[in-house]
Amino acid sequence: MFGRLNADAFKHDLIENLAGYSILIGLVVVIYLMFHHQRWKWIWKEYITSLDPKKIGVMYLVVAFLSLIKGLVDALMMRVQQMFSVGESFGYLEPDHYQQLFTAHGTTMIFFVGMGIVFALMNFVVPLQIGARDVAFPFLNAVSFYLYAVGAGLVVISLVVGVFSGTGWVCYPPLSGLAYNPGVGVDYWIWSVQIAGIGSLLSGLNFFATIVKMRCSGMTLMKMPIFIWAILGTLILILFAFPILTATIGMLTLDRYLDMHFFTPDFGGNPMMYINLIWAWGHPEVYILVLPGFGVFSEVVATFSQKRLFGYVSMIWALGAITFLSFIVWLHHFFTMGAGANVNAFFGIMTMLIAVPTGVKIFNWLFTMHRGRVLFTTPMLWFLGFVLIFTIGGMTGVMMSMAPIDFQVHNSLFLIAHFHSVIIGGVVFGFFAAFAYWFPKIAGFKLNERLGRYAFWCWMIGFILAFMPLYALGLMGATRRLDHYDAATGWQPLFVVAAVGIAIIFLGIGFQILQVIVSIKHRKQNLDTTGDPWNGRTLEWATPSPPPEYNFAVIPHVHDRDAFWTMKHARVHHKPHYEDIIMPKNSAIPPFIGGFSFLLGFCLIWHIMWLAAFSFVGIIICMIIRLSQKETEHLISAKEVEKHI
Amino acid sequence: MTEHLDVRAHHLEETYSKTIFGFWTYLMTDCILFATLFATFLVLHKNTFGGPGAKELFSLPFALTETLILLTSSFTCTLSKLAAFRNDKNKVIAWFAVTFLLGVAFIAMELNEFAHLVHDGNSWQRSGFLTAFFTLVGTHGLHISTGLLWMIILIVPVFRNGLTPVSLKRLTCLRMFWHFLDIVWIFIFTIVYLMGAL
Repeated sequence: MFGRLNADAFKHDLIENLAGYSILIGLVVVIYLMFHHQRWKWIWKEYITSLDPKKIGVMYLVVAFLSLIKGLVDALMMRVQQMFSVGESFGYLEPDHYQQLFTAHGTTMIFFVGMGIVFALMNFVVPLQIGARDVAFPFLNAVSFYLYAVGAGLVVISLVVGVFSGTGWVCYPPLSGLAYNPGVGVDYWIWSVQIAGIGSLLSGLNFFATIVKMRCSGMTLMKMPIFIWAILGTLILILFAFPILTATIGMLTLDRYLDMHFFTPDFGGNPMMYINLIWAWGHPEVYILVLPGFGVFSEVVATFSQKRLFGYVSMIWALGAITFLSFIVWLHHFFTMGAGANVNAFFGIMTMLIAVPTGVKIFNWLFTMHRGRVLFTTPMLWFLGFVLIFTIGGMTGVMMSMAPIDFQVHNSLFLIAHFHSVIIGGVVFGFFAAFAYWFPKIAGFKLNERLGRYAFWCWMIGFILAFMPLYALGLMGATRRLDHYDAATGWQPLFVVAAVGIAIIFLGIGFQILQVIVSIKHRKQNLDTTGDPWNGRTLEWATPSPPPEYNFAVIPHVHDRDAFWTMKHARVHHKPHYEDIIMPKNSAIPPFIGGFSFLLGFCLIWHIMWLAAFSFVGIIICMIIRLSQKETEHLISAKEVEKHI
Repeated sequence: MTEHLDVRAHHLEETYSKTIFGFWTYLMTDCILFATLFATFLVLHKNTFGGPGAKELFSLPFALTETLILLTSSFTCTLSKLAAFRNDKNKVIAWFAVTFLLGVAFIAMELNEFAHLVHDGNSWQRSGFLTAFFTLVGTHGLHISTGLLWMIILIVPVFRNGLTPVSLKRLTCLRMFWHFLDIVWIFIFTIVYLMGAL
């Protein structure tokens, strides 16, 4: 009746229980507050059933933020373990639990933090910057969000029911195969990543169609803002890479559920095939995360240097080159596989080549600042921090692209330090810059600058303390995923420094939470009444803050790259001609599809097949209902639009 | 009032063009999914683990019959498009019905082949080669089955309400899907059956 699910699934040790219970208590508190303030109807109408990308962006942000906290707690727990677990002492975590921690940390940070903030940014910014009222497929957009949230939810529920995977975040077979991992852990990984991955693919398709088909009149490809170009590169990567992930996880699933032999070492399977395929997705994925960051910095640097971006065309070529090259470097993740010197040399050289377009971008940003009137606001601070950290990460990346060096540092903490430098420097700092930059557009008021600066310095110092020791430790031979080491290695002081670094990063997060709270409290002083708080250059600043449901009362016509900048300085005032606007109505079907998908994933993990079949049918019925709905859109008359101006 | 109609007509046109473009994009992602499965098949197709290989298992005349049925269904599917151009509701339904029956025949033949293989002890658990074969061909079969279900879902409203702009748009997507599966099958026939059995 309940498949593999029995009372044992709920038995955990003290530390795991603590995590599970605190999440449950948090949930109860939220539900209580919702009842207390009678906000259910409001949240249902304004957010849960909304098809407005600006609202969906907020929901992405909430899930990504909660995931970020969870991922950071995982990281902190690992570092504390490494701080104490030396020589005679074995720390406070069981090895099994430690394995789950590093797996959950990686999975959460990439799929639910990284992808979450990428899609949050797309939802907020893309329609506004291209002068569109909506995305191409608003309903699909909401469904994608719920699939993403379901993935995150499955990772969280593994804290309470059963265990999470302990195989590392890319789940290599044969370790992740049925023979070595018969439990539910790997299945949790499979279904959370698979469901969220399908959501990402659908989102990618949606925004690709949006950018290609819905730009306002006059916005030719070479007049698009660089952020849109960066997102277009990201979307192309998503469209090419995510189907590979879907197929690969699908094959692993068949190995585990139907006893197939894709990746088993026996019966003619080939485990290396999985590793090739997962990185054929995994390497582009890295660029999927970082290209939007590049786009954000291009906007931020131009705005706060009060200058046109330097080298627009070369930026686009650089983006294109990165997009293309990212598909022919995947083998550098496993030079040690033994593919032979020539193969390794090819992939090594291709990897080094990526440094060229990336360098072009860095110099373009620096030249944009050159002779500009630079305003050192928080987004600019994040940019400067990015330049330092990302460049260190990039250079160590080039080091590791040489196969002989990689043989020495493969799977060591040196690698960990490298990819955290590029991901935290590029993706996380990029997102924080974007958050400070576009927050007034979303909320209607600016964030507190002083607390933002405190947060920046905490992150910066915390990052250096947390990751520079790892470079040294890696060169000294410390491997990744290490939960115990010998006292004679002399590594302990460096691990202590790394743990202190994480604590300082937590302080930074604390300042950011405080920043949002204080800014909401003092919002009256920081109201953005003009819609253009930073003297911006692109179309999103042409709308009021926050923008109306339909973004633009009149769809703009673009003549130049920095479209809004030109409009501001042209001083031409036509009497605007308002037209009726057709917008999608809210729909309750996406949250239902999400609910059924959650049930489907959960039941497949626990082998409750009858309920899984039921939820699958539920999803299909939801889609049929949607197809048979007639009035899915509503019309806002020209008069109403005019009244709101 | 005419302005309302203008906005609505324009909106309908835009939605059509967006949907077709989006569907093309979806088909291309599906193409990559199949490419991944083809790549895996090509890596594993010699790993028979002492069991039978393609030469012993596949019958070319059988696979050719399947191919001809599927190609014919693509043809009848296109005839429904011609009928849709003439706004001939009954012919649209009739040609989709023929397409549906041919699709069912194809799936029945495929299931029959699978059943024989499993019955003779050559299931997907036998070897890496058979794993890859069942998954590649089965994924195509699953797509065809989805297409059949989709035909039912789309044709019922046409039967009741006639051809509306929305139903024409959806039928166009369905036809694209059907043709795409045809092309994938050509590759399966060539790579799995022809190259395997010759």
